[in-house]
Amino acid sequence: MGRAMGLAGLLLGLVVVPAVLVSTSLRHGAPPTEAEPEPSGWELAADAVPEDSLWPLPQWVRTYPRQLQLAPSRFQLVHGAGSSAGPSCGLLQDAFRRYYEYMFGHSRRRTWGRRPLAARAEPELLQLQVVIEAGDPGCDRHPHLTSSEAYHLTVTEPVAILRASEVWGALRGLETFSQLVHEDDYGSFLVNESEINDFPRFAHRGVLLDTSRHYLPLKSILTNLDAMAFNKFNVLHWHIVDDQSFPYQSIYFPELSDKGAYSSNLIYTPTDVRLVIEYARLRGIRVIPEFDTPGHTQSWGKGQKDLLTPCYNRGQPTESFGPVNPVWNTTYDFMTKFFKEISSVFPDEFIHLGGDEVDFSCWKSNPEVKEFMKKQGFGIDYAKLESYYVQNILDIVSSYNKGQMVWQEVFDHKAQLKPDTVVQVWMANNYAGELSRVTRAGFTAVLSAPWYLDYISYGQDWKKYYSVEPLNFPGSEEQKKLLIGGEACLWGEFVDATNLTPRLWPRASAVAERLWSSSNVTNLQDAYKRLTNHRCRML
Amino acid sequence: AENEPSWETPCTELLVYVSTPGCDGFPSLDSKESYKLSVSKGSMLLSAETIWGALRGLETFSQLVGRDENGTYYINETEIVDFPRFPHRGLLLDTSRHYLPLRAILETLDVMAYNKFNVFHWHIVDDPSFPYESSTFPELSRQGAFNAMTHVYTASDVRAVIEYARLRGIRVIAEFDTPGHTLSWGPGAPGLLTPCYMGKAPSGVYGPINPIVNSTYQFVASLFQEVSTVFPDFFLHLGGDEVDFTCWKSNPEIRAFMIEMGLGEDYKKLESFYIQRLLDIVSSLGKGCIVWQEVFDNDVKLRPDTIIHVWKENNMQYLNEMANVTRAGYRALLSAPWYLNRISYGQDWIEAYKVEPLHFEGSPEQKALVIGGEACMWGEYVDVTNLTPRLWPRGGAVAERLWSNETVRNVEDAYARLAEFRCTLLGRGVQAQPLYVGYCDHEFGGV
Repeated sequence: MGRAMGLAGLLLGLVVVPAVLVSTSLRHGAPPTEAEPEPSGWELAADAVPEDSLWPLPQWVRTYPRQLQLAPSRFQLVHGAGSSAGPSCGLLQDAFRRYYEYMFGHSRRRTWGRRPLAARAEPELLQLQVVIEAGDPGCDRHPHLTSSEAYHLTVTEPVAILRASEVWGALRGLETFSQLVHEDDYGSFLVNESEINDFPRFAHRGVLLDTSRHYLPLKSILTNLDAMAFNKFNVLHWHIVDDQSFPYQSIYFPELSDKGAYSSNLIYTPTDVRLVIEYARLRGIRVIPEFDTPGHTQSWGKGQKDLLTPCYNRGQPTESFGPVNPVWNTTYDFMTKFFKEISSVFPDEFIHLGGDEVDFSCWKSNPEVKEFMKKQGFGIDYAKLESYYVQNILDIVSSYNKGQMVWQEVFDHKAQLKPDTVVQVWMANNYAGELSRVTRAGFTAVLSAPWYLDYISYGQDWKKYYSVEPLNFPGSEEQKKLLIGGEACLWGEFVDATNLTPRLWPRASAVAERLWSSSNVTNLQDAYKRLTNHRCRML
Repeated sequence: AENEPSWETPCTELLVYVSTPGCDGFPSLDSKESYKLSVSKGSMLLSAETIWGALRGLETFSQLVGRDENGTYYINETEIVDFPRFPHRGLLLDTSRHYLPLRAILETLDVMAYNKFNVFHWHIVDDPSFPYESSTFPELSRQGAFNAMTHVYTASDVRAVIEYARLRGIRVIAEFDTPGHTLSWGPGAPGLLTPCYMGKAPSGVYGPINPIVNSTYQFVASLFQEVSTVFPDFFLHLGGDEVDFTCWKSNPEIRAFMIEMGLGEDYKKLESFYIQRLLDIVSSLGKGCIVWQEVFDNDVKLRPDTIIHVWKENNMQYLNEMANVTRAGYRALLSAPWYLNRISYGQDWIEAYKVEPLHFEGSPEQKALVIGGEACMWGEYVDVTNLTPRLWPRGGAVAERLWSNETVRNVEDAYARLAEFRCTLLGRGVQAQPLYVGYCDHEFGGV
């Protein structure tokens, strides 16, 4: 049986429904917007140009009119001479097979043809050779913030060459190469001679998925990792647990998911988690888990007694609980053990610790907490209590050699952060100001505020995501360097596997290009053309 | 546990009793959809006046069957007397802005039946594409479809839709919208559309159907002759919305015509001139007409049995329009507050649910002229990749508003039932999106 969330949930949903008031001249379906001179999709073919479907647009592209032909039965993706990676590089082997399938998958003639190649004007492209230049290609490693994703692609007869410092750049280059291969009217595979030099503008380009408000089956997560790779996203921010459900099956604390998941089959086992991490790794995507505390933890209390703060009403305990209890030692014992597990399960250098939207009312009602506030000399400033808690968690996580990401409130409430803590800016109101403050204080920042993709609206809202310029905030050059990227967030209140993919794509692609491509790539008409092609390709 | 169910002897059959014969006919506006359902120890009986009522009753029966933790199927003793509040409860799909594969249409018909919708308003062609394969004018789709080989509805597709719908008690009302919304008709019917002028010379761009040439009316008569035969429902939807007069105004021949006919500068009169002739043609073919509200608003001379489709939404102005239309004696259909293509963040189904179609000043006789309404899923931003989650369960809010009693308005209760129904839809293989946080026992497997 489905669980309705009752009146409280209903009202929450109600509050955010805006009234839809539109003008008299509303056309059927279409909003009274600016005149759209977009080319209708069915006129594109005639003047198609090779760059017409590149997404995100590489930093430097030169294409030539001369076309090369590819025969699916003969074309190969191989390791080039001098590459530090070879057939033992599982990551590249897997990528070669995957990209071959993307390019020629729907083609029927993939085995040796019976008829010899008819005389054609175009010469044949036999191979794409991949050359990894760094001594350690990174085949068996996990990607990290400072990995090199740059690549250089030369497409010319008889072989094309893809050079990259590390395998991560090769993955990006393979995606681009696959976007250059197109079919002509006769079904022949062609690619224009070209040269591409590419690297990402920002190093942290992420998508946030929320598997607590609704459980997301594994297949759904994996499909979205594929889509992320098509768009050169490189971080999956896995907001895995929250108030509503705790699907993460913990090894040390199995009760957490036993009691906290929506139901016993709606969980992520250790095997599931490993699968996601490896699937992501093979696509050059980091998996940063978020275990959000001290707020957003209702579901933790089901399986872990005495973790959450008991709320009081007029001096009497109630049945309800609030955020994690910051005054008990057992809380920190628990967190120490819990984050030890998390640190070993998730290989990325960073863990996201949350820290957002802590509601102080329960703390304020609890006599032990009030007593503690007095003893610590925090007065009535509960932000200090929150910071006290957060600092302890930061210390715990640091001791496991993990870096920390936090939501902006942690910074705003003046907790003492480690120097390499990454602050995620999410509040829409004057986020430019927040970016200034965070970077001026010397912390690295990740931007999400303008990219809450769960906030759907009628029409082509991808344009507003595309038009964001992350560095448009007051600050010095050094400050701006501290903005390491951004994340498109798809919160799960109204999203599950039934609507996730169409809601996320291709809208998130707009964010992908903004984070990868050069800041002067802003033309909406050109973007529309390339994005519609990219969307058809993703289908 | 308290309230231990007392298991009675297992029920082995649901008896279905239909009093009026007729399994091979088509549902119509006048079809009776009432039924009675009686489940008691020893007998389960579904009785209805017509087969259409039996279909509605079967759906309800299927919603009463539950399954306990042991997996046992059960049903409570029940007495139900049911009938729809409004006889016309429709859903509009737009297959011109994006082609919808046959399977998507058929699946939508299934879910419509689960929701007791009984009209499929097929907005089949429009400006962007003409997917309808006409036997009289094959060039229309050959030149006007997105891809004439793949993005078309063949005669057999259309028959399949009509029959699939009939078996579910759903009428198929085709809309061939004219004189505006016809750009895709142009390539396959040279001379049909008005050539727009830039000064003295044609600009190369075309506008609405050309109302001043006889060939237009010959074409229209032939096309609707075919359409009338292909679509068995008594009603056809003739569109008539959003006619942009700029092109007509730019054309010197049309301007000359206006003067000749004494229409002055009032192009609404020219629009009326066209529509009146169209309505006559369609009536003479033995069909009834439904038109968008502009046709009424622009004072076109209408036959009294024309149905006016109210769609313009501006701060609840639609209720005034409903009052005006019914006061003038015409039957009305409401869509204005039910444009499901206009998505927004949050639980927007609630707004759709709270609509009260009869909340306007008018006599009971007037209000009786409101025959129902339609949820619309315009296709500008919708194709098969997002149709089903966008349509369901939000469409369910409209379904209940049109079927159930006026007093059934409690949002909290509706939420509970609709959330449960959504899980039922998932169980039936429908990719319906969630209303809010939570889960279903059987989650969707993932795309």
